[in-house]
Amino acid sequence: MKRRDFLLQSAAATAALGAGSAILPRLGSAAAPMDPVDAAVSRELAMRALDAARGAGASYADFRLAANRSQALGTRERQITFFNDAETYGFGVRVIADGAWGFAASRELNADEVVRVARQAVAQARANAAARQAPLVLAPVETYPDAKWTSPVEIDPFNVPIEEKVDLLLRANAAALGVPGARFVTSVMFASRLGKTFASTEGSYIEQTLYRSYPSMNITAVAADGSDFQNRSSTDVAPRGLGYEHVRDARLVENAPRWAEEAVAKLTAKPVEPGRYDLVLLPTHLWLTIHESIAHPTELDRIMGYEANYAGTSFIYPIENFLGKFRYGAEFMNVQGERSSPGGLSSIGWDDEGVKPDEYLIVKNGILHDLQTTREQAPWLAEWYRQIGKPVRSHGNSYAQSWDAVQFQRMPNINLLPNAERDVSVEELVSGVENGILIDGDGSFSIDQQRYNAQFGGQVFKEIKNGRITGPLKDVAYQMRTPEFWNSMDLIGGPSTYFVGGSFNDGKGQPSQSNAVSHGSPAARFRGVNVINTGRRA
Amino acid sequence: MPEPRYLSRADAEALAQKVLSFSTADEARVNINSATEGNTRFAVNQVSTAGDAYDANISVTSAFGKKTASATTNRFDDESLRQVVQTSERLARLVPEDPEYMGELPPQQYLPVEPFFESTANLTPEQRARAVMEITAPAARQNLISTGFLTHFAGSQAVANKRGLFAYARATGVSFTTTVRTPDGTGSGWAGGGENDFRQMNFAQLGERAIRKAELSRNPRAVEPGEWTVILEPTAVANLVNLMMFSMNARNADEGRSFFSKQGGGNKIGEKFLDERVTITTDLTDPRTVTLPFSGEGLPNAPMTWVENGVLKNLVYNRFWAARNNRQPTGFPAAYRMSGGNSSVEEMIRSTDRGLLVTRLWYIRPVDPRTILFTGLTRDGTFLIENGRITSAVKNLRWNESPIFLLNNIEMMSEPVRVNASEDGAGGAVMVPAIKARDFTFTSLSDAV
Repeated sequence: MKRRDFLLQSAAATAALGAGSAILPRLGSAAAPMDPVDAAVSRELAMRALDAARGAGASYADFRLAANRSQALGTRERQITFFNDAETYGFGVRVIADGAWGFAASRELNADEVVRVARQAVAQARANAAARQAPLVLAPVETYPDAKWTSPVEIDPFNVPIEEKVDLLLRANAAALGVPGARFVTSVMFASRLGKTFASTEGSYIEQTLYRSYPSMNITAVAADGSDFQNRSSTDVAPRGLGYEHVRDARLVENAPRWAEEAVAKLTAKPVEPGRYDLVLLPTHLWLTIHESIAHPTELDRIMGYEANYAGTSFIYPIENFLGKFRYGAEFMNVQGERSSPGGLSSIGWDDEGVKPDEYLIVKNGILHDLQTTREQAPWLAEWYRQIGKPVRSHGNSYAQSWDAVQFQRMPNINLLPNAERDVSVEELVSGVENGILIDGDGSFSIDQQRYNAQFGGQVFKEIKNGRITGPLKDVAYQMRTPEFWNSMDLIGGPSTYFVGGSFNDGKGQPSQSNAVSHGSPAARFRGVNVINTGRRA
Repeated sequence: MPEPRYLSRADAEALAQKVLSFSTADEARVNINSATEGNTRFAVNQVSTAGDAYDANISVTSAFGKKTASATTNRFDDESLRQVVQTSERLARLVPEDPEYMGELPPQQYLPVEPFFESTANLTPEQRARAVMEITAPAARQNLISTGFLTHFAGSQAVANKRGLFAYARATGVSFTTTVRTPDGTGSGWAGGGENDFRQMNFAQLGERAIRKAELSRNPRAVEPGEWTVILEPTAVANLVNLMMFSMNARNADEGRSFFSKQGGGNKIGEKFLDERVTITTDLTDPRTVTLPFSGEGLPNAPMTWVENGVLKNLVYNRFWAARNNRQPTGFPAAYRMSGGNSSVEEMIRSTDRGLLVTRLWYIRPVDPRTILFTGLTRDGTFLIENGRITSAVKNLRWNESPIFLLNNIEMMSEPVRVNASEDGAGGAVMVPAIKARDFTFTSLSDAV
């Protein structure tokens, strides 16, 4: 959330929309074709800004213009609670002058303003240079003078009639409330379209359009005597970088009764006995553990201390003791970074500094193999890349949430690859457990600033006894230490258990920026994990 | 920010009137936000990135009968303004009735307060870089590694509707946080502050505090998790009390899905639920916790008592739920002051046989809304107290705890101070004391420094 949003006390309205930049093109109707900013005008503004930056003394400059639209629809029970359609337009200029970064941005898309802002960025870089010790160095990049990319959407969510969206959510709510004991339900549908234009003094000019869609529900069951209440969120529906087809595929109306029944079942579920259990984690849950304990600690900026004041650092330090040496998990564990999977929230043609992202293994055969980089950061790995015979090149992991925020290192889609030997099923994972718990869906999550100690809840917990699921549990959370946890993974599910989860609002940076990222994962089994009971009485 | 840009009262009013003149709906409201924000980040004792950005946007909320929707744009040419009105009207016509729609407010009277200071509005990147060097220079001299974030904004907000309501106020804010680490990675110290008035900030003092904590926190030893007597510094107290303040939704309580629900129906207003020394108020006329005098709907923000001597006096009511329950609508407690005592942190330490001193809390996430139970970790300065003095740094710990339990287990409190207790380093105007409390629940150790 932006700082200025704290000004107003009516948090409910802004909180419902979430962080980020809302947006929409010039439209007379929701079905209006998108023509955010005239292409010739964009190019002219970009060239003026870059010329002004160079003229003011910048050794490098990039210009990003954004035209973003978003739509948020919320309901509770049988009524709508909000409907907002929003657009934002603006540009940012990032420069290197005197060896330091400068960045300035404005909402006013005109020739004078891009010149003023470019000069402001250079002046700011010069002020920053006084507080720098060494000049910046960027890894080389190819130039793309006329590149274009669009998310692979089948149905543009902004072309779907409003009535259909409202009807879908209200029918899903009714389906949930049809389950005895389900008292309250909220449902939300969020769609965004981000138009990005990138231009740099190195000669690239790249136009891209990203789509994101996220339908979700939360159902609350309340005990008849008021002594307890339990929630079930629709975490088996993930946000995706897709269009409205993803909303339809989510089958909210069909799934709502099951989610409601699972909320009601938690009221009478057995509270878990604390202790050590084997865990079978479904990918609807495991994606978040991957996100927190593999994806975040392998961000090179945090490893080097650049995020120490907020997001934190990493247990992976110093890197020469870890790269090629640290055993994250068993030989069969492979973790991949990519920005190319169709529907991945981080998928894109070029990153926010004009680099074409590559696909790379962060964990290879269980050993830490590579880290997430931008152009500024890739040179920090020069020695490791020399050892493995790899050129010093950014992985294309730069991102800014909108025009008014500077781009920096953000994670790509990071996936735990499924069992390459055979298609191990969830049943097979369960069958090997004497005393354990199956966890479905992500819930409460918290991890320390170096990504060692984490605690995860879930949505649905099932007791496993002697290889069979015996009944529901509640008040379950597991605590883990990252290296031991991943090394306790003794069997990984096959491709048929694979699911792509993801985070719609992953925070990092100061001011905090929101990133959207997907994580694919199979189901997997972990031995002897510490489980606590989270229930307490007031 | 060489040119702090935001809309003046006259510009905002003219813009609002123009937008409203395009409206054909039964009711319409315009919200206009504009601000210039600037920031400087530093890491490894040097500036890493910085930014200055200006934005302004207009939201139009239109209603036909009880059918309502809104649209937002940051383009202010006539065509875009017409379109944003038309979009909100078209959506409003298409959505079903909202049975809880309360209509727009008539003109209101507002308290003459404005959290705006020229010292903050006119801050330049050069001043920011100089402030940063008040930390990076001494840190580098002492062979420590400093990281941090300085951010400020100057802006205005306006609300207007077709019934003639108009509200306008300006605001500024500045936040600074720094984390200083030892090169061997075994020690880390944090300090931070937030104000509306830049002149209230003392960067050198904050830097010195973070440096001292980094030095003291080297080579932490492990202690057993469990129930501990703790001394929570004010930032850690606000990290927790915020969780309770943000859980005070009256409707959730009345619907039986909140800690504030009363078993058998209704809510806990009037019940004593905290230590009698706890009083929590929102007073926007207090210069240290000043906030805007109106809400996004144009409702006046009034001084409010949430908790008085441990008794729940009010919950957060929107207009609909207030009308339905014969209560006054309230603002949201983003800014508040909690009562304190007259003990210093040093006195708390001297009075403690065995306990932990905690600087701040991190990665705080909900675990169980029935008890406002959250989990998180200590961070950047956790120390063991034995026989009335700090004897060593300790490894960080994960806690599973509720502000409700904390505020029932109070032993001593300091005077309240203003803190910067948002995890991202840019929170609201909150004043809380340091607290010594018993039986704080730690559940595991962390190796994180």
